[in-house]
Amino acid sequence: MDDQVDHSRRRLLTVATVGTGAIGVAFAAAPFLASWNPSARAKALGAPVEVDASKLEPGQMIKVAWRGQPIYVVRRTKDVIQHLGDHNDLLVDPDSDASEQPAYIKASGAARARNPEYWVGLGVCTHLGCAPLGAFERRKEFQLAGVDLGSNWPGGFYCPCHGSKYDASGRVFKNVPAPKNLTIPPYALGKDMHIVIGVDDASQNA
Amino acid sequence: MSASSDSAGGTEGRGLINWIDQRFPLTSLWKEHLAEYYAPKNFNFWYFFGSLALLVLVNQIVTGIFLTMNYKPSAAEAFASIQYIMNDVEWGWLIRYMHTTGASAFFIVVYLHMFRGLMYGSARKPRELIWIFGCLIFLLLMAEAFMGYVLPWGNMSFWGAQVITSLFGSLPVVGSTLVEWIRGDYVIADATLNRFFALHVAALPLALVFLVIAHVMALHEVGSNNPDGIEIKKLKGKDGHPLDGIPFHPYYTVKDMVGVAGFLLLFCGVIFFEPTFGGLFLESANYTPANPLQTPPDITPVWYFTPFYAMLRAVPSFAGTQVWGVLVMGSAVVILFFVPWLDRSPAKSIRYKGPIYKIALALFVVAFVTLGVCGMHPPAGIYPLLARVGTAIYFAFFLLMPWYTKIDRVKPVPERVTGHA
Repeated sequence: MDDQVDHSRRRLLTVATVGTGAIGVAFAAAPFLASWNPSARAKALGAPVEVDASKLEPGQMIKVAWRGQPIYVVRRTKDVIQHLGDHNDLLVDPDSDASEQPAYIKASGAARARNPEYWVGLGVCTHLGCAPLGAFERRKEFQLAGVDLGSNWPGGFYCPCHGSKYDASGRVFKNVPAPKNLTIPPYALGKDMHIVIGVDDASQNA
Repeated sequence: MSASSDSAGGTEGRGLINWIDQRFPLTSLWKEHLAEYYAPKNFNFWYFFGSLALLVLVNQIVTGIFLTMNYKPSAAEAFASIQYIMNDVEWGWLIRYMHTTGASAFFIVVYLHMFRGLMYGSARKPRELIWIFGCLIFLLLMAEAFMGYVLPWGNMSFWGAQVITSLFGSLPVVGSTLVEWIRGDYVIADATLNRFFALHVAALPLALVFLVIAHVMALHEVGSNNPDGIEIKKLKGKDGHPLDGIPFHPYYTVKDMVGVAGFLLLFCGVIFFEPTFGGLFLESANYTPANPLQTPPDITPVWYFTPFYAMLRAVPSFAGTQVWGVLVMGSAVVILFFVPWLDRSPAKSIRYKGPIYKIALALFVVAFVTLGVCGMHPPAGIYPLLARVGTAIYFAFFLLMPWYTKIDRVKPVPERVTGHA
C-alpha cells in the first residue's frame, strides 16, 4: 500500500458520517420536543362543562373554567341588546370576519350569541391573554378601575392590562391594542338555560 | 533544583503544586487569569460591575440551590411551599430574600456594566465577541428571571407568564401551536410551572455559567478596554508587559473587594430593611395565589423588564395582528448585538468623542428610564405617548449611530492612559 491519501474519498466519508449523525440527532431530538406538547391528561381535561345560567339577572355575569380558561356567561339587558348595531363604525371587525367563533355564532350577526340575551365567550383578551372586566350598562360616562371608558359607553368589556375595549358582544373597538374580537367557544343551549360549553349540540354531552 | 534551597514548609507546598501542575495547568491558569493578567491601570468605579455581576451570579446559584431543597414545583404546592420557606424553615426568609434581591441586583449591575460598555466603547474591535457573549448572557438572564418569577405561583406569576407566553401566539401560522407547546397545556398550568422550574434551576444556569466563562476568556484573550478607550498592548516595557498595565492580582482583586464591600452594604440594607423595595423587587399582587379566573387589576412586570414591556405596549395592532409590538420588543434586545459595528467614531471612549455622542447617550439613558416608568403604569393618560417617544429615541440611538458618530467632532486620543501617573 502506498501512503497516498485519497482526499475526495475522505471528504465523501466525512460528509456521509456528519450527515448520518445529523439525521440521528434530529430523530433523537423529536421525543424531547414532543414531550413539551399537552399531555394525554391535559387533553382529557378539555371535556365539556355545563353552566346553569337560569339564576342570572340582567346585567350579571358568571365565570366558569373550561380547559382551564375563563368562560364568561353574560345576561345582557334589553337596552344593551337593542343598541348593539349602533356603533359598528367604531369597531375593528363588526362582522367578526377575522375573529374566531363557530359558524352559527358568526351567522347571528351583532348579537354573536345563540340566544341574544345570553352571551357566552372566552374571557381572554385577544391582545395578550388577560381577563377583561365587565361594564354591562349603557351610560354617558363609565368609570372602571380608575379609567374613563369614554362618552356614550354602549356596554361591554374593558381589559385593565393594556386598555383594550370590547362591546357587549365581545367585538373590539378601534385604536386599542387588541386586534380581534373575543373568541367564542362552541356551546349549546340545553334545557332551563343550562349552557353546555365545548360542544355544538347539547345532546353530545352524554 | 530549588528543593534544597527552599525551607521545609515551602518545599512541601511547591511539591504539591508541582505534582498538580504536571497533571493540570493550575499555576499557568492562575498566572494567565490573575497574577499575570495585565489590566489597564486607569480603571475607575465603573469597572466594579463586572466582578459584582460574578458575585451576584454566585449568590443566585448558592441561594437557589438551598431554595430548591424546600420548594415544590407543582401548581398545587408551589405557593404554600414559598410560605413554608418564609415562615417555617430556619433562616429560610433570609435565603429567599437574598435570592429575590439578588435578581434585582443582577439587573442593576448588568445594566450599569452595559452602560459602561457604551460609554467607553468596550464593544469595539477587537472586543466584538466579548460584547456578543455579554448580550447572550443578558438574553439568558431575562429568560432566567422571567421563569424564576413564575415559580412562586402567585397571581402576578401566573398572569405575567400568561402575557409573556401569549407573545408567541401573535406569530403568524405557528402561533397558537407554539404557545400550547411552550405551556404544555391550553393555559399556564402545572406542566408549565414544572418545566419552567427545570429550565430555571438546571438548563439556563448551566448555559449562563458557560457563557460567563466564554465572556471572561474572550476578555483575557484581547485584554481589557479602559476609560480612555486605548489599547495598552501597543506600548510594552522591557519586561514585555504593557506600560500602562498592572497585574489583576493583587491590584484589582483588592480594588474589587472595596466594590464588594460597598455593594454588600446596599444589598444587605435592602434584604434586612426593605426586601420588597416598595413593591419594585417583589410585587404585592404576588402575595395572592395564582387564580386563572382573576387578572390582577394591573399587570406589571418586575422593574427590570418594564422598559421592554413599555415598548411592547407602545405599538398598536395593525393589519389584524399585534405581532408588531412583539417584534419591536424583540428588536430592542437584538439591536444590542450590532453595537460593535454601528459605532463608526475614530475614538472609542466618550472622553474623546464629540458632543453629539454625549447628547445621544444622555437622551438614550433618559428614554430608557422613561420607558421603565411607563411600563410600571397603566396605559392611560400621558404614558402611551411617552412610551412611543421613548421607543423612537431608543431605536434612533442605535439606528442613527453610524451617521452621527461619523460626523461628530472628536478630540485627539492620547498614546498613554490618563489620570493616574
